[in-house]
Amino acid sequence: MGACNEMNRILDKKRLSETVYSMRVEAPLIARERKAGQFIILQLCEDFGERIPLTVADADPAEGSITIIFQAVGKTTRKLAGMDVGDKIAALVGPLGTPTHIENFGTVVCVGGGIGVAPLHPIAQAMKAAGNTVIIIMGARNKELLILEDEMRAIADELIICTDDGSVGRKCLVTEPLKELCEQNPKPDLAVAIGPPVMMKFCAATTRPYAVPTQVSLNTIMVDGTGMCGGCRVTVGNETKFVCVDGPEFDGHLVDFDNMMNRLNSYKKQETTDHQCKVGTKAGEPA
Amino acid sequence: MTYIPAETLAAEAKKTWAEVSAKKEPLKPKDRMAIPAQEMPSQDPAIRRSNMEEVALGYSAEEARLEALRCLQCTTAPCIAGCPVSINIPGFIQAIADGDNKKAIDILKESSLLPAVCGRVCPQETQCQAPCTVGKALKSVDKAVSIGRLERYVADWERENGLMEIPAIKPNTGKKVGIIGTGPAGLTVAADIRREGHDVTLFEAFHKPGGVMVYGIPEFRLPKAIVQKEIDTLTAMGCELKTNFVIGRTRKISDLLGEDGFDALFIGTGAGLPRFMNIEGENLVGVYSANEYLTRSNLMRAYDKERAATPVFDSERVAVLGGGNVAMDAARTAVRLGAKEVYLIYRRTEVEMPARVEEVAHAKEEGVIFHFLQNPKRILSDERGWVRGIECLRYELGEPDASGRRRPVEIKGSEFEIELDTVIVAIGNDSNPLIRQTTPGLETNKWGNIIVDENGKSSIERIYAGGDIVLGAATVILAMGEGRKAAAAMNKMLANS
Ligand SMILES: Cc1cc2nc3c(=O)[nH]c(=O)nc-3n(C[C@H](O)[C@H](O)[C@H](O)COP(=O)(O)OP(=O)(O)OC[C@H]3O[C@@H](n4cnc5c(N)ncnc54)[C@H](O)[C@@H]3O)c2cc1C
Ligand SMILES: Cc1cc2nc3c(=O)[nH]c(=O)nc-3n(C[C@H](O)[C@H](O)[C@H](O)COP(=O)(O)OP(=O)(O)OC[C@H]3O[C@@H](n4cnc5c(N)ncnc54)[C@H](O)[C@@H]3O)c2cc1C
Ligand code: SF4
Ligand code: SF4
Ligand code: FES
Repeated sequence: MGACNEMNRILDKKRLSETVYSMRVEAPLIARERKAGQFIILQLCEDFGERIPLTVADADPAEGSITIIFQAVGKTTRKLAGMDVGDKIAALVGPLGTPTHIENFGTVVCVGGGIGVAPLHPIAQAMKAAGNTVIIIMGARNKELLILEDEMRAIADELIICTDDGSVGRKCLVTEPLKELCEQNPKPDLAVAIGPPVMMKFCAATTRPYAVPTQVSLNTIMVDGTGMCGGCRVTVGNETKFVCVDGPEFDGHLVDFDNMMNRLNSYKKQETTDHQCKVGTKAGEPA
Repeated sequence: MTYIPAETLAAEAKKTWAEVSAKKEPLKPKDRMAIPAQEMPSQDPAIRRSNMEEVALGYSAEEARLEALRCLQCTTAPCIAGCPVSINIPGFIQAIADGDNKKAIDILKESSLLPAVCGRVCPQETQCQAPCTVGKALKSVDKAVSIGRLERYVADWERENGLMEIPAIKPNTGKKVGIIGTGPAGLTVAADIRREGHDVTLFEAFHKPGGVMVYGIPEFRLPKAIVQKEIDTLTAMGCELKTNFVIGRTRKISDLLGEDGFDALFIGTGAGLPRFMNIEGENLVGVYSANEYLTRSNLMRAYDKERAATPVFDSERVAVLGGGNVAMDAARTAVRLGAKEVYLIYRRTEVEMPARVEEVAHAKEEGVIFHFLQNPKRILSDERGWVRGIECLRYELGEPDASGRRRPVEIKGSEFEIELDTVIVAIGNDSNPLIRQTTPGLETNKWGNIIVDENGKSSIERIYAGGDIVLGAATVILAMGEGRKAAAAMNKMLANS
């Protein structure tokens, strides 16, 4: 079979919470090109493996490595979690997707729920570097499931932590502090919300009455990631968009979240997962 | 068409061959015309409905020689003009008739680099076989000499006997050529340029090379092993293959020509952007583009439910929208994946369908139900947001349009519903905008196809293009033909620079 990539070696592996892992992977070309908001697609076996998208959470062009942070929810992510330093990922392609539009907006609220904090991290970093005041709201079900707290604290002008059970930070959903910020004068110039679809849906619903522009990053099902299959399509303001090329970020006020969530469930029947709880998926869901 | 078992066909051919070869005096045209057209042996439809193996089994030696004897060896050879790469058709057919398969393959290879593929997938009835004298004399293009099947026969003979040779390569020139996309266009260019001694690197976005030949056209029509063999030949020739490499993302065209030191590039990225119809319900769960459906099944091997990690719907009732090869492939794949009823909905009639005649016949044999002169109006949702059915309108044929085909006109008030759980949209592809968007100065037309001159050169020096990215969704043989033309111009340019 064709050229196997010499790259894609796992350089480092960390467990961030019960089901969330961080890996540094050798990928010099992707490390050099990637920008905030972009993702890769990986495959653990070329013949029968599935192609799954993961955000580039961080990159070190000098070392030639990228960092991926993922939650072990199903077949591929669990198998990946079982791999060790030195192992090679069979296929890794990227960076894919349109980079986040970064500029000095003024004040940007970054809202991350559960594993969504991972893709949010490079965006918050870039927003800060562009001169924005960055307020970060992080949500998780409980203290144990909170990831990247130190990394986010290092970026944030203000950091608000919310947990469902109040084990750390405020006992509330992320939408609560978001609403408070929108009520302030001046209100934030931009909100960026990344997390489970329900959370993004309610973040968008929260900011809408205040007309605070809200970016969301959609995690649809993908196959090729290059605009060829249309499997990742979503309805945005009555138009069909392909998340892998037109996104993954869109105007949260225009996304049809219900349709998107439906499409995410397309293969529920076939994916024989043991319904292990998905960490933090409830964050942001209204009580 | 009624199915005739392969064994019956083979036995008949043996008998006829014994009679024909016993004749002392040379065959007269009348004798040749009297030889029955040799049917293609194929798997029993009842069995092949539930396997992915190739449907058409290929001619036996007797069948091939009999079919070859049907050729009248016309001095004018109108068939050649029908072939986009001008294969010396009577030449290679005569060699088969003489039992000299080696000579036949050598003649084929003068013009075609992928005879095993083209013999299988060319729309012969509108190309080489359309003007064939025998078909004309017998008043049916179905009775023309089966040029494609003979082409496949010799190519398979060569491969199955391990006779495929690695072409001779000229001494290294030190020049470097990058080829973007590994469909038939890219593979052809790679071979022709490597032969001249230039370094060749192929870039492919997917994890496997072959383009539509591996992700689109199903195994039951074009076995992947055949495409793989062609790729093995290229790597044996010393071409470098970089899979999982998206030009425009991993590297840009300007990086390749600049920092990375490529002397020339060929863009053969195909037409990979699925069209949708913009009707209500198109994003419901259960609506696929044919590209997605076929990619899941072919490239990701979702049909192998035991081993593949990629899922595909277990559909019961499927509608495929469209009438081309892509639609046939999707419908026949749905049958094989276990759907109980598969409808093909096309807005014109069978005559206007652009699909290969053989594929339509095979689809019918396999139980695909054709609905002509109908078009979907909207896709219907159940309470969960999944497909429940489709609402269609009936059409009738009106005045001919610009393409000369009679235009379907909707019949007012003719709406009706079909109950379904899956809809596959196969109404065509546009070109992927990624390279265009990341390459300033690269001129494209209003459909996003790259504009090239008669040598395949784009608006940027040292960048050539060909195949579907130039032609719009076309055919394997045209992609290969364009590739050869561009490669010749590139070789000339490199020799003079
Ligand atoms: C642009 C993009 C960036 C992403 N970035 C990250 C990231 O940085 N970290 C991370 O952990 N995940 C990320 N995801 C989600 C990740 O791709 C899925 O979790 C992964 O595909 C699941 O694969 P699996 O084989 O392990 O699970 P499967 O066995 O395929 O599925 C397990 C369960 O997850 C659900 N599921 C399947 N696909 C998705 C999906 N795309 N999103 C959410 N649920 C899904 C299934 O319905 C099923 O219930 C991203 C997705 C996209 C589109
Ligand atoms: C389902 C189906 C059935 C068909 N049936 C027939 C048939 O029976 N007969 C026939 O003659 N024709 C048929 N065709 C059409 C035929 O397959 C195409 O015309 C032909 O493959 C075009 O060849 P190509 O080399 O231009 O591109 P493709 O075969 O499309 O190959 C392009 C390659 O480029 C890669 N690529 C794209 N963008 C990038 C990038 N930015 N970086 C790196 N790589 C990239 C793609 O992944 C792909 O592998 C069919 C097509 C389909 C979809
Ligand atoms: S390449 Fe295609 S058109 Fe040409 S002779 Fe062969 S089958 Fe016919
Ligand atoms: S036109 Fe038909 S009969 Fe004549 S040379 Fe060509 S294939 Fe043979
Ligand atoms: S994943 Fe195939 S088009 Fe986006």
